[in-house]
Amino acid sequence: MADEPWAHNRYDLQQARSPDAPETAEFNDPRGDFGWIHSYETGSTLDGPGIRVVVFTSGCLLRCLYCHNPDTWHLKDGTRVSLERAKTALQAYAVPLRAMDGGLTISGGEPLVQLHFTKRLFAAAKEMGLHTALDTSGFLGARADDEYLRHVDLVLLDIKSWDPETYRRTVGQDIRPTIQFAERLAAIGKPVWVRFVLVPGLTDDPANVEGIARFVAPMRNVEWVEVLPFHQMGTFKWKAMGLNYELSDTSPPSPDLVARVIGQFREAGCRTR
Amino acid sequence: MPGEAIATHKSADSQDRKAEHNPLEAAGAMNEWAGFSPGRWRQTIDVRDFIQQNVTLYDGDEGFLVGPSERTKAVWEKLQPFFKEEIRKGVLDVDVKTPSSMTAHKPGYIDRDNELIVGLQTDAPFRRAIMPYGGLRMVESGLKAAGFDPDPVVHDIFTKYRKTHNEGVFDAYTPEIMACRRNSIITGLPDAYGRGRIIGDYRRVALYGTDKLLAAKRAERALLDAKWPTDDVIREREELAEQVRALTDLATMAKGYGCDINRPAADAREAVQWTYFGYLGAIKEANGAAMSIGRVSSFLDIYIERDLNSGTLDESGAQELIDQFVQKLRIVRFLRTPDYDALFSGDPYWATECVGGVDLTGRPLVTRTSFRMLHTLTNLGPAPEPNITVLWSKQLPDGFKRYCIKVSAETSSIQYENDDLMRPYWGDDYGIACCVSAMRIGSQMQFFGARVNLAKCLLYAINGGRDEVSGDQVGPSTPPVTGDILVYDDVMAKFDTMMEWLAQTYVHAMNCIHYMHDKYYYERLEMALHDQQILRTMAFGIAGLSVVADSLSAIKHTKVKPIRRDDGMVVSYEIAGDYPQYGNNDDRVDSIAADLVSAFMKKIRKHPTYRNAVHTQSVLTITSNVVYGRSTGDTPDGRKAGEPFAPGANPMHGRDNHGWLASCLSVAKLPYADAQDGISYTVSVTPSFNRQDQGEKITQAVKVLDTYCGQGGFHMNLNVLNRDTLIDAMEHPDKYPQLTIRVSGYAVNFVRLTREQQMDVISRTFHGE
Repeated sequence: MADEPWAHNRYDLQQARSPDAPETAEFNDPRGDFGWIHSYETGSTLDGPGIRVVVFTSGCLLRCLYCHNPDTWHLKDGTRVSLERAKTALQAYAVPLRAMDGGLTISGGEPLVQLHFTKRLFAAAKEMGLHTALDTSGFLGARADDEYLRHVDLVLLDIKSWDPETYRRTVGQDIRPTIQFAERLAAIGKPVWVRFVLVPGLTDDPANVEGIARFVAPMRNVEWVEVLPFHQMGTFKWKAMGLNYELSDTSPPSPDLVARVIGQFREAGCRTR
Repeated sequence: MPGEAIATHKSADSQDRKAEHNPLEAAGAMNEWAGFSPGRWRQTIDVRDFIQQNVTLYDGDEGFLVGPSERTKAVWEKLQPFFKEEIRKGVLDVDVKTPSSMTAHKPGYIDRDNELIVGLQTDAPFRRAIMPYGGLRMVESGLKAAGFDPDPVVHDIFTKYRKTHNEGVFDAYTPEIMACRRNSIITGLPDAYGRGRIIGDYRRVALYGTDKLLAAKRAERALLDAKWPTDDVIREREELAEQVRALTDLATMAKGYGCDINRPAADAREAVQWTYFGYLGAIKEANGAAMSIGRVSSFLDIYIERDLNSGTLDESGAQELIDQFVQKLRIVRFLRTPDYDALFSGDPYWATECVGGVDLTGRPLVTRTSFRMLHTLTNLGPAPEPNITVLWSKQLPDGFKRYCIKVSAETSSIQYENDDLMRPYWGDDYGIACCVSAMRIGSQMQFFGARVNLAKCLLYAINGGRDEVSGDQVGPSTPPVTGDILVYDDVMAKFDTMMEWLAQTYVHAMNCIHYMHDKYYYERLEMALHDQQILRTMAFGIAGLSVVADSLSAIKHTKVKPIRRDDGMVVSYEIAGDYPQYGNNDDRVDSIAADLVSAFMKKIRKHPTYRNAVHTQSVLTITSNVVYGRSTGDTPDGRKAGEPFAPGANPMHGRDNHGWLASCLSVAKLPYADAQDGISYTVSVTPSFNRQDQGEKITQAVKVLDTYCGQGGFHMNLNVLNRDTLIDAMEHPDKYPQLTIRVSGYAVNFVRLTREQQMDVISRTFHGE
């Protein structure tokens, strides 16, 4: 336990509760009969191939400075939903999702916080013939065992920085679990879209970008590297929640900067958009 | 027995009748038909058969299209000052003295040297005509609103000597109908304006010329003369006589422009011109709420192909014909009243043209001219008219599907309707009247009936038939809801009774209207371009579907407390907690919406109609959702008094909060079988800043439409727009003279909407934000 990356956290992270979540017996659900869902969105074209239903689970251990869903940090931010109800709701989309070569994406929050619930929902989606995608920071990647990943067709893996200090400053946690998870996905050949949020003045250092590019380039399982330009569309949530938003003066990256970063990835041999 | 004679006649196939006389063969030379594959279309009026025998499928992409010609640009240039001035001023000019007819005005031109396709409604562009047969008051209030003085002679004629449709209807209305009208529970009825929604088969003018059409009409008349003169037969004889006169007048009108339309069109230019003359004759005589052009592109393509093959036309010339035709369709103008504008905003006339679709053998009816028609939105810029409607089928060629999506993304000017759903009902040569009303061209018409306010009907059920705004006892005096919490079964039972009354009153009103419309404002030319034996539908409609579905869901799934005034009238509602809302693919409420459509249709069907028309129903509001909302009190779904309804079959603004897919699937559950006059759904998506290339996005959008239609979705009005663009356009209209958006079944020029309607559009759900 002691050498696990999250071992020094204040809470028992086998339950992987978000750092500031209150203690509640209800959160203890080792079987995944219930989950905490912040919301779901249908019709996304961004979160995996085809048309997607995206389920946003609540609970996350990272505190990314640019997080556009700060209202999903704590389990209690979600609604307690039974697995059966979630499956029924998903079933209502199964036919059209299949017809549109799409599927289910679980995002968050951090889906791996609710390990059992998300695993079973993925398994149900596979039974419905849907493509499945896990949108994760990789910080809890070690929790997703091979059995879990068997139900996942694609991992949308956020590598939010390469430089360990920048990473910590950006998300408040250690980069190593994410690196280890990426390597494991490469080893088992699980398809991955790497995502990198480009924040001017925070993650845009050429060396920082270069590090990710070199790390990812040899991985044949990585189908895409997606450069996501930082935007201010989540700002209102921080303000509404009375949180201190450090990036309020940060502008979205210029087209030139986006082009430079995409160029760096491509230069290194990554298929990038 | 006379009744038997009618029955025999109705069952006779029209072809058999005509074969005996063969009036078409008798009426003149066939040179104009050289090069066309023969078929029964040569023996009888049958444009569909002509298309079947001669159409050339095009399954490529848009690569062959060309830009506008110099002549097209010159004509367009001449029109620009009018468009600009109109945004500022509204109605530019009216001929106040001359009640319009096909021959009332001298020929008019925009730019004689450069116009290939000629013909204006009056003697000058943007000079509107008066059409007092619908109702003089409508004309005079339209004139006053536009700053013109009504003409005293016209006033005298239509008050002393000639009765109008409007007066006829009010002679037949009952006090109950008047109360319904006054209290906005039955509204928008065509009792003071032209009903429209009739599509003449304007292609017949090109294919046959008026001589052959007259010969066919005379043959029809001979059959009618042999029948015993019941009311029906006498009326039909008089109508036929009017039709014959109309065709003669149409030829006279065309002669004024130097064209001999007595004979068939001999080449592509004439085919476009003759077809347009047919339409022009219609819009000179009928100020109908919707004046669709039909389904002309692939028909005209046959002439264009013939000329291309013989080397007398090239692609530039072909596009020029279509561009100039469309220029004419963009400057149709009617004189209308402020009341009318509030219902149907932005000066629409629904010159709806259908492209695409598949025939009964599964062959797509996509031609190069389908592409050319869409391409006018690029050559001339986006515009609401003609209201280009893509009849979407899974079997359409991929190149065409992709081009449609591309044009949608660039112009937000086209709508999609599910051909796979409609074809089993209406065959493969139907057109769309107005927004979503399918009808077989030339053999079917509808009696248009606007819509009833179903949300208000629910409030009447709660308040024992009293109007929540005026306090009048409008509906039958029934026991109002009592108690502190609305009980679902109780409200449903009362609502059922109230819908029963509303349906009956509605059919009653419609019968009066269309009796008088036929009598005083018969569309003689449009009907001359129909068969004598036609299917008539009577098109009823409902507004406020999502308000009612959500209200009933709230009553069923949470606690709704009625708030009563001192006199006992329920004027507001307190809702405790969440409830399932329509638009989220949630069967708990979507089934309520679907059941409502079927339930009201069933009640409508109980009451016999004028001329035995077949009852149909639409879920469509056009822009009247704003007006309906304004006149309706608080509703149990939490909507406040005066707030707009959602348009058409759309979920209420902001309540469909799980994305467009959920919203689409909810709407797709509404049963077309009980809403055969169409189900309107408008969806606005923001242009995504996503990472896929254009080609991938188009592939995805094609799949979305295929899937939506496959799930039973009927209609999609697709906008690809930023909310910010609309807000900017409100503030700076001059920057956006051509900004076009789709609203509930048609497109409008955004800057010509009222401010209230602009706000309504902006408040709607934009998916992808």
